[in-house]
Amino acid sequence: MTTQLFGAPIRRKEDPRLVTGGGRYLDDLGHDALAAAFVRSPHAHARIVDVDASDAVDVEGVVGIYVHDDLPGRVGEPLPLLIPHPTLTHGRTGYALARDEVNHVGEPVVMVVATDRYVAEDACQRIRVSYEPLPVVVGIEAARDGDLLVHDDVPGNVAAHMLQEVGDVAAAMAAAPRTLTLELDIERSACTPMEGKGVYARWDHERGELRMYSSTQTSTGVRAAVAAKLDLPLAKVECIAPDVGGGFGVKIMHPWPEEVLVPWAARLLDRPVKWVEDRREHFIGSAHERGQLQTVTVGFDDEGRVLALDVKFWHDNGAYTPYGIIVPIITSTQLLGPYKPGAYRCEFWSLYTNTVLVTPYRGAGRPQGCFAMERTMDAIADELGLDRTEVRSRNFILPSEMPYDHGLLFQDGRPLKYDSGDFPASLAKLKDLVGWDDFADYRARAEAAGRKVGLGIGCYVEGTGVGPYEGGHIQIETSGRVNVATGLTSQGQGHETVFAQIVAEELGVRMEDVHVTTGDTRRMPYAVGTFASRAAVMSGSAIALAARNVRAKALRIAADALEVSPDDLEIVEGTVRVKGAPATSMSLGTVSVLSNPLRYAFDDAAKAATQFAGTFDPDKPPVADDEEPGLEGRDFYSPTQATFANGMHAAVVETDPVTAEIRILRYCVIHDCGTMINPMIVEGQVHGGVAQGVGGALYERMAYDESGQLLNASFMDFLMPYASEVPTIETDHLETPSPLNPLGIKGAGEAGCIPVSAVIASAIEDAEGFPITRMPISPNDLWELRRRHAAGEVPSLHRLSSTSSKEPTA
Amino acid sequence: MTDATTGAETLHDVTVTVNGVRRSAAVPARRLLSDFLRHDLELTGTHVGCEHGVCGACTVLVDGAPMRSCLMFAVTAQDHEVTTVEGLCSAPDARVAPTGESMNPVQQAFAECHGLQCGFCTPGFLTTVTAYLEENPSPTSEQAREAISGNLCRCTGYQNIVKSVLRAADIRTERAAEELS
Repeated sequence: MTTQLFGAPIRRKEDPRLVTGGGRYLDDLGHDALAAAFVRSPHAHARIVDVDASDAVDVEGVVGIYVHDDLPGRVGEPLPLLIPHPTLTHGRTGYALARDEVNHVGEPVVMVVATDRYVAEDACQRIRVSYEPLPVVVGIEAARDGDLLVHDDVPGNVAAHMLQEVGDVAAAMAAAPRTLTLELDIERSACTPMEGKGVYARWDHERGELRMYSSTQTSTGVRAAVAAKLDLPLAKVECIAPDVGGGFGVKIMHPWPEEVLVPWAARLLDRPVKWVEDRREHFIGSAHERGQLQTVTVGFDDEGRVLALDVKFWHDNGAYTPYGIIVPIITSTQLLGPYKPGAYRCEFWSLYTNTVLVTPYRGAGRPQGCFAMERTMDAIADELGLDRTEVRSRNFILPSEMPYDHGLLFQDGRPLKYDSGDFPASLAKLKDLVGWDDFADYRARAEAAGRKVGLGIGCYVEGTGVGPYEGGHIQIETSGRVNVATGLTSQGQGHETVFAQIVAEELGVRMEDVHVTTGDTRRMPYAVGTFASRAAVMSGSAIALAARNVRAKALRIAADALEVSPDDLEIVEGTVRVKGAPATSMSLGTVSVLSNPLRYAFDDAAKAATQFAGTFDPDKPPVADDEEPGLEGRDFYSPTQATFANGMHAAVVETDPVTAEIRILRYCVIHDCGTMINPMIVEGQVHGGVAQGVGGALYERMAYDESGQLLNASFMDFLMPYASEVPTIETDHLETPSPLNPLGIKGAGEAGCIPVSAVIASAIEDAEGFPITRMPISPNDLWELRRRHAAGEVPSLHRLSSTSSKEPTA
Repeated sequence: MTDATTGAETLHDVTVTVNGVRRSAAVPARRLLSDFLRHDLELTGTHVGCEHGVCGACTVLVDGAPMRSCLMFAVTAQDHEVTTVEGLCSAPDARVAPTGESMNPVQQAFAECHGLQCGFCTPGFLTTVTAYLEENPSPTSEQAREAISGNLCRCTGYQNIVKSVLRAADIRTERAAEELS
């Protein structure tokens, strides 16, 4: 019998290839290609006065040097604004090469194409660009002040101003027995995948066709954008995402300037051209995320039930808004987490600054929203002297209230309506895992030994699997090989494995016979991309539907050949057989042969499908009217709304009483992404997300000076966690299947990182006894907070005024 | 160096024993070992993640010791022995997996323990851990974590990499026992 594949921790199909040096990432391709390099702006805000390339043109090996004036037609027009929104009244995008003005350090100004990258960079160093510096806007406060402008024609630096309100917040707040206001601050971090971006393009002069490879999260998106920019028919452009060395969001943004310029140069020069981003370029020429200032006012009753929630926040969108305002929209909606907020009002301003642009980074606005909500929950608990989990429980949406409609519009323009989840059950599991109720004893023992420890918690809900759609195509060859294609791309999520598990289970074939291709527009031209924890939900569902179509077709053909009813057939390990009489059978390979009537025999298998090979009904056409040749099928999955995953984390931290060093002693995760296709892979996703969250909570920040220079644009200075910084992560799962899709799955990709800053802040606050309102937090920051607390500038938590060593339990 | 008058670069013949095979190419003095391996020899298994020696993705073994190939010039590897991830497959204790690839115990362990996701940093971990286990064949969990703490991974949170190191140590022992029996 076929062993259960769906839901099993199957080893990854990708790994034997990837551990033996067989991966093919962008820079592993095109050894014959010319290399592109860029002169990038050293100024955060300046007018370009002159570009003098006279010393560079004679460098041996230089093939071309280009500035904005050299870019014809649409190539020279502004880059597209990918996601327009009615409130994005002042959307601005840059040019592939800067025209007249630069708005952040790192903006590309000149492109050099040469025989290799060394030579291209030699030439870049010999190009002199003169700038007239302009006033620089760095930081949210400066942008909000609006005294200085990033874009002359954008008053107050406000790209977008958006307000959503459910219920009458003013009235509910006025009626609330108690209110609190919190001022919160989250700094920038960035995806920093180990492989930066990269583009490689080949122009086929004879056919007038472009093939390009990009280290992207959306090959269909890049293809469409490049075809439009280069005025090429879509049919003449193909885009392939090869192995991609991590994405985490930054590679869903497209087209990057280089994705337009490299194919353009390849066509112009009729030579293959490649550009591979170096690490410094990635820091200053890609995208960051997270930076927000938040003001939260909450009204609640004496039991800690939230009656009114009024949130204002200011979001730093960097120099341009090519990806629209998806990130702040997500913050404003996903902030609510697993809670009923009573009346809710959220207003945000998305602001320009002269810094690298801001596009989604794993979590995409949710970590900031979760930080706001969870800091608020802790503040309510402290105000009332209640256990922090008790306050959360009293505000939970209950399973009996699902589906729960918040009355808000989500990032996909559709209702924010939770489909599933059991928050009380998740919390119970978390308390059990971390030993919540025993912590007071642990703390007492630690304090007796002169140690400071704290316990923190954070809960979140994550809308995953947003539309519009994904597709799956499955074709079974006469050898029995099963080819599966979906259009979205892979950056390490194990799609080759999990999609094969779905197909193997649905079709009844062996894992080793299933071969999955992702991100290749030649194999599946209709796709959206990999973001918003959507691949398993969207492509997984589409592939399952396609597999069901193929299975039905296989059974029809086999039933005809075996002269039985399709209902009497089953497929086991690639063989179609009669239930209870397995000797009456044929392989799926043979069914594939029969599905495609042939005139010519090219091998023994094909012989069986030729016109003189057997008996047939002369009154029927070789291919029935309502059938197509070939044992293949295709289907698409397009849901009416997102499906909502959730999770709850807790951490125990220790802070050094002298040095203020912060150590995470334990990190516990309860995660609910519905039915799991492969628990090993889900767990890996959670691990990676938590590690990024730890980086964002304790180490990673983008250190801009007031002139807009990024001071830590290297892995030496930007402190990405090593193994020594990431604690052991303890996980447990709750599976509440989604009712929305055929497999009951919810997304898992981003979950791990969402609550980490909230959890760590909660734990440090618990250890220290004063509020933590700003993340990330370094030992320096904590030391300074202690000093200010001692000086009476930072208030103590209320619980300290009663007992210092007991976590009240309700 | 670039000659200021002609623009032409002086080329040097470099011969390195890579994965047991003598390989030669004429390259400029500034050619990084990482680029030499990847672009001159087309051994693309070695990856470059930061170009400044911090991430460890480009780690190869030079005469058996882990080195960051982005911090070494190709000319300085002259007459040395370099092992890349491609060469780990032909280690004496490598075995052919059911999928057809030959893997040394560390490669096998990473595949078993989900020790990689995107796979970009992985070659640097594999070479580092291979050399580490030669020195410390049976590390504790703490030691395993310490051993990999000079390499960056953005996908895994290191949990399963630590597991992989411990599992690799077990596989080495198993294979050594097989050799004896």
